Amino acid sequence: MAPILEIDDLSVAYRSAGGDVHAVEHVNLTLNAGEVVGLCGESGSGKSTLAYGATRLLRPPALITGGSVRYRGRRITHGGDPADVLTMSHRELARIRWREVAIVFQSAMNALNPVLRVQDQILDAITAHLKLPKHEAREKAATLLDLVGIPRDRLRAFPHELSGGMRQRVMIAMALASDPEVVIMDEPTTALDVVVQRDILAQIVELKETLGFAVLFITHDLSLLLELADRIAVMYAGRLLETGTASAIMREPAHPYTRGLLHSFPSLHGARRELIGIPGTPPDLRDTLPGCPFIPRCSYTIPACSEVDMSLAPPIAAAGAGPDRPGPVTSDSHLTACPIVAPEEVSQEGVLS
Amino acid sequence: MTEPTGNVPAVGGLAPGAAAGGLVPAAEIVVTEQSGAPAVNATADQVGEPAVVESVAASRGPLAMEAIGLNKVFKLGRGAVLQAVRDVSFNLYQGAVIALVGESGSGKSTVAKLLAGQERPTSGEVIVDGKPINVRNTRSFRAYKSHVQYVFQDPFSSLNPVHTVGYDLTRPVRLHQPGVKDVPAAVTALLEQVRLTPAAQFVVKYPHELSGGQRQRVSFARALAAQPTVLLADEPVSMLDVSIRLEMLNLLDDLRTRLSLALLYITHDIASARYFADEVLVMYGGQIVERGPAEDVTQHPAHPYTQLLIASAPDPDNLGSSLRAGNVVVGPGGAIAGKAGNVGPAQVGCPFSNRCPIADDKCRRENPALQLLTPVRAAACWRLDVAASPVAGGSI
Repeated sequence: MAPILEIDDLSVAYRSAGGDVHAVEHVNLTLNAGEVVGLCGESGSGKSTLAYGATRLLRPPALITGGSVRYRGRRITHGGDPADVLTMSHRELARIRWREVAIVFQSAMNALNPVLRVQDQILDAITAHLKLPKHEAREKAATLLDLVGIPRDRLRAFPHELSGGMRQRVMIAMALASDPEVVIMDEPTTALDVVVQRDILAQIVELKETLGFAVLFITHDLSLLLELADRIAVMYAGRLLETGTASAIMREPAHPYTRGLLHSFPSLHGARRELIGIPGTPPDLRDTLPGCPFIPRCSYTIPACSEVDMSLAPPIAAAGAGPDRPGPVTSDSHLTACPIVAPEEVSQEGVLS
Repeated sequence: MTEPTGNVPAVGGLAPGAAAGGLVPAAEIVVTEQSGAPAVNATADQVGEPAVVESVAASRGPLAMEAIGLNKVFKLGRGAVLQAVRDVSFNLYQGAVIALVGESGSGKSTVAKLLAGQERPTSGEVIVDGKPINVRNTRSFRAYKSHVQYVFQDPFSSLNPVHTVGYDLTRPVRLHQPGVKDVPAAVTALLEQVRLTPAAQFVVKYPHELSGGQRQRVSFARALAAQPTVLLADEPVSMLDVSIRLEMLNLLDDLRTRLSLALLYITHDIASARYFADEVLVMYGGQIVERGPAEDVTQHPAHPYTQLLIASAPDPDNLGSSLRAGNVVVGPGGAIAGKAGNVGPAQVGCPFSNRCPIADDKCRRENPALQLLTPVRAAACWRLDVAASPVAGGSI
């Protein structure tokens, strides 16, 4: 799979009177064409800041303090070189935004204008980015609603006349208007009921299969990602703590934080598991201490933890396992920022088939 | 005292169609009012004697509150009415957790508001200490509030941003515990009860200085200030991060054991109900469609709606398979159960009949009452023979 969006060593800080808030620090993340990458973290972990930083949607006091973001779309080529999102001009940016990289914002309730009909809002988006005659733009808007399973007659509806699920579908339809290569979804289903949530997730997967875009899916709900994503990146206090395929994260969580998350949600199926949770609260990102930010909440903490450099590497071998574990690092590799703790074999009866 | 700062029930009853996952044309959700009294569509009334279900929660402690045949009809104007709650009966017991599960618009919050005395039932009674509640004037409402407290869903809007935590807790202590001389000590004790320690540090804080979890703890402390016997928690963790939820539920669990609280836990997350509740009541379209012991209902759901709810919950063990296969919930007999689609509850017959994979003509015509499955379990479905049989085998 070809990488389409490469985030390399990106750092973002919010300037404030009390000192800089280091919301994203030295994050590397690659999104390949056609895959779903899940970005998971608590509120305040910097997951949205990372996504908006990578698309240059942040405004002061947010400041990108380092790193690079490269976009390699099929339609945007610079003689074969990837486009550097962080240095490009506003005109170039305008060509990428929404046409190439679209975003489905959190809380569709607020993202839609309450005084405009759905049709006008979709048309706005279409005419701003695509040069289409009016009747074609209208037809396009109707097709988009078909795509997400909303009857065409709802084009004349106002947002308040739609349910939460339908509003979210309208947002997805708008994001898909120009056949983007990357769709960033920021907690698209957080405010919805489980049944509606499942409908929408299934629809996203289906659309992804037919249209072939890549998805960066941001959520605080790891249980959802395990089912939805190809790869998962776990974020905490502005850092990536662990990345890997969904099954690696599920079966061999390496970082103690990931393990904590996996033990936090009640499961409906199978035997009752003991729920442990994660004690404590996330750190203040103003005064970053050296070493791992998870130290105060981690039950494995040893003095060496404060010297960990937080770079991602293959997990250390479990006691008794052979030393032949690390192979060449690919985007699929299971990487963790914790060099102290060996991955835990999660045993769950009746899970593997 | 818990003021409804965030969640004013003005149009609360509109929800059944509006939020059930799709838009419902007005004509579908309303029933015409006939000659004065708000008439309920006769065909929608439940057919058959509702079963008397023993509650598994009864073993936990003495009866704290009874809801008997609650109905709530909202007038929507122009003669249109909406029945938000239909014939809901259950008991709360001290030291027990009853979970009320359902999608938005199923009427679960309206039930809580009826129990809290914020809405008056159209018919039916709420009985506390053997007496029906009386909230007709401020004084009796206040007295009632010291028995029954409410915790709101959104800790970001249910605390006044201009008041400190100390102020938020001092007021209910003064109001509900007039005998207390040392109010600051009582406030400290409350904060320690919800594990906001050191308490002195939190007393002076404003809501914006607290995290979501801490704010919700303040909401709990504020409710406990009235020394209630019944706590109505309306989606107390749904606005919080997954990693914080567990801690919050553990705190609630600990409080109800230590203080012997009767807890009504309202949620749309049936998985948390499995771990946390003694008894689960599943609501759909304003009525209870299934009830029984939590583990039993979640592992062997009998009603097609409960089966859909459970199949829809994120299942990490699934690793993508079912989502990739499309959103197909295969119901009994290989039928495909309901996308939330764009339909609200049916107004005639069983409310779930328009989404149910196994509904037949009778389902569309007559609304089933709860039928006993075992002495502690019941479901309202005409086709339990089909719906529940594969479930008994242990697989959905």
